[in-house]
Amino acid sequence: MTEPATTTAIRVHLPTHLRKLAHIDDGELTLDVPGTVTLGGVLDILEHHYPVLTGTIRHHGTDRRRAFIRFFACEEDLSHEPHDTPLPEPVVRGTEPLLIIGAMAGG
Amino acid sequence: MAGVRVLVGTRKGAFILTADGTRRDWKVDGPLFAGWEMYHLAGSPQNTDRIYASASLGWFGQQIHRSDDGGTTWTPVGNEFTYDGDVGTHQWYDGSQRPWEFTRAWHLEPSLSDPDTVYAGVEDAALFRSVDAGRSWQELRGLRCHESGPDWQPGAGGMCLHTIIQDPRDADRLHVAISAAGVFRTADGGKTWQPANRGLNSGQIPQPEADVGHCVHNLARHPARPDTLYMQKHWDVMRSDDDGASWYDIGDGLPTDFGFPIDVHAHDPDTAYVVPITSDEQHFPVDGKLRVYRSRTGGGEWEPLTHGLPQEHCYVNVLRDAMAVDRLDDCGIYFGTTGGQVYASPDAGDTWTPIVRDLPSVLSVEVQTLP
Repeated sequence: MTEPATTTAIRVHLPTHLRKLAHIDDGELTLDVPGTVTLGGVLDILEHHYPVLTGTIRHHGTDRRRAFIRFFACEEDLSHEPHDTPLPEPVVRGTEPLLIIGAMAGG
Repeated sequence: MAGVRVLVGTRKGAFILTADGTRRDWKVDGPLFAGWEMYHLAGSPQNTDRIYASASLGWFGQQIHRSDDGGTTWTPVGNEFTYDGDVGTHQWYDGSQRPWEFTRAWHLEPSLSDPDTVYAGVEDAALFRSVDAGRSWQELRGLRCHESGPDWQPGAGGMCLHTIIQDPRDADRLHVAISAAGVFRTADGGKTWQPANRGLNSGQIPQPEADVGHCVHNLARHPARPDTLYMQKHWDVMRSDDDGASWYDIGDGLPTDFGFPIDVHAHDPDTAYVVPITSDEQHFPVDGKLRVYRSRTGGGEWEPLTHGLPQEHCYVNVLRDAMAVDRLDDCGIYFGTTGGQVYASPDAGDTWTPIVRDLPSVLSVEVQTLP
């Protein structure tokens, strides 16, 4: 018998445009992320559950962060961290959300 | 009673304006996709309930939406526009070479014959096609891979493929226009392409009569006379009577031959419309008077159409995709401005009325003629 994969509930905050696009009514959603919780792992699960968001945060094909997207958590800017970097412990514990933000770039 | 549905794309959302055949009383719906830059919305000629919409934002990239009920509800469809094969490079503003990079879809052109087939003209300039109602997109790479591709360069608005003209006689024959490369045409469904710029003369490039490099702003064709094409170029209003093989100037009689949109009367291939703009440095109407010019002779002679349009203190622009005609008997004509007005003329341009005055800056206007 296979052990069920261990998952961690991660709180994620999305910009309004993306919440509307994905029909997410609440300001924050919770994703069950398997294994070690990394930024890339959270984005993989997010795009798996909401395929319409594919290409909106990371570029198709390369998974490179779009230029005007920022990732914040625990008052730290994680935007330039490798995607396999584990997220901060408060995010993993669920006491802090991962913030996906549209950069202040006009508009 | 027949009616019209006007599809308006703006910098901050889309609007749908509907009226019956009198085109006097309008219902305004929107904003749809509030906050998104709506470069273009276009309906299928085969199925008026089928509409495609291009939404983009610098933050979140490209979305394509499809409606199957005339714009009441929308579904996001495929947004992956991946260049096919070696990406290659084109010329950048400073003369250096720069890899092609997808930015947005400027123009959607639903097939004349198949509601599930739609073309997309994109920035950096390339042509994509979907044959599954927008779910997936494939590049017609023969265009981007044309031997002149490394010499193409962006105009002020980016290096965009903004105009797609289908031939009603043959679905494999297309013309496209790229800023700033010029016109290309294919007769084999997009596998191979040839420049179609003979006769153009552009003082802004080193060789004014070069095969490639012209900043063509817009093209129009009348289905009843498909070998005739009209062109609004950066400067010059041009016409071809041989399917784009050669062009000649028809701008005599205009106050300026700079502008962006050009269109043709729905029922008369010799009646064309332009909106002259002062110059490339002054993107507003001459003397602050918003005037559409109409030629009933296929060019060369033009009359100003002013009734109902502001004739003082008007300094808006009309962008290349922001003028369209309906197919009702008396041919309505519509255009939107960078000041957020959408004007309608139910009588082929003789009189004008603003449908709305205070939308965000208008990027595109298309019209569906409803049964």
